[in-house]
Amino acid sequence: MTDVFKEDQVLDCSGMLCPMPVVKTSKAMKELQSGQILKMISTDPGAPPDMEAWSRQTGNALLRSLTDDGKFIFFLQKK
Amino acid sequence: MSKSDPNAPKRLALVASKGTLDWAYPPFILGSAAAAMGWEVGIFFTFYGLTLLKPQLTAAVSPLGNPAMPMKMPFGPEGFQNINWAMPNLLMANVPGFESVATSLMKQTFHNKGVATVEELREACVDMDVRLIGCQMTMDVFGFKREDFIKEAEIGGAAMFLEYAADAEVNLFV
Repeated sequence: MTDVFKEDQVLDCSGMLCPMPVVKTSKAMKELQSGQILKMISTDPGAPPDMEAWSRQTGNALLRSLTDDGKFIFFLQKK
Repeated sequence: MSKSDPNAPKRLALVASKGTLDWAYPPFILGSAAAAMGWEVGIFFTFYGLTLLKPQLTAAVSPLGNPAMPMKMPFGPEGFQNINWAMPNLLMANVPGFESVATSLMKQTFHNKGVATVEELREACVDMDVRLIGCQMTMDVFGFKREDFIKEAEIGGAAMFLEYAADAEVNLFV
């Protein structure tokens, strides 16, 4: 049960370490319209605290974050 | 350079003073991460850090000044890869070719683990409008010209950077 939200865009950052998931997320988010949802997948154990901070700093909501088979999945909504 | 708008984004002011490969990472990692969070970022490249503005990055790992620098092997079984090879720096620094061995080991290990290259991180900074400011005084001392650096670089001095840094929420010296 990973698709808790219907995403408009998927960004796979598997294999990347800090700061690339944050950098790629920021870039992908710029392409979205307000209210749209980005699903970001990462294998970096540092991603959960980083995405929470990124969400607080940018004001884009982190709707849900979950772990699935060694992957960290984030649903982010553009403000 | 100063922030007059109270609603302006947060600002990170960084000084990058070292030019070896290991020290090239922190300013570009922190700069790109901050810019990705919507912060305004300025990095002041001074002394040996100035070479990080050259189009072709030649940053290498030096064992000097890195006491007990651990080294990881980028090949072999996981147990072998996880061994910390402490480098007695006075000894290793005198071994011919050690610097290039240490540099390629670090590059390969970082690549295997999924760390972006310094070139990629600098490019990310440029893409997100991070201000890259070369120190004029260092240029004069070391004989650099404006054309020696990437076109996105700006040139400035201590007063210019300090005015920028005075309005920064985060100031770091690397």
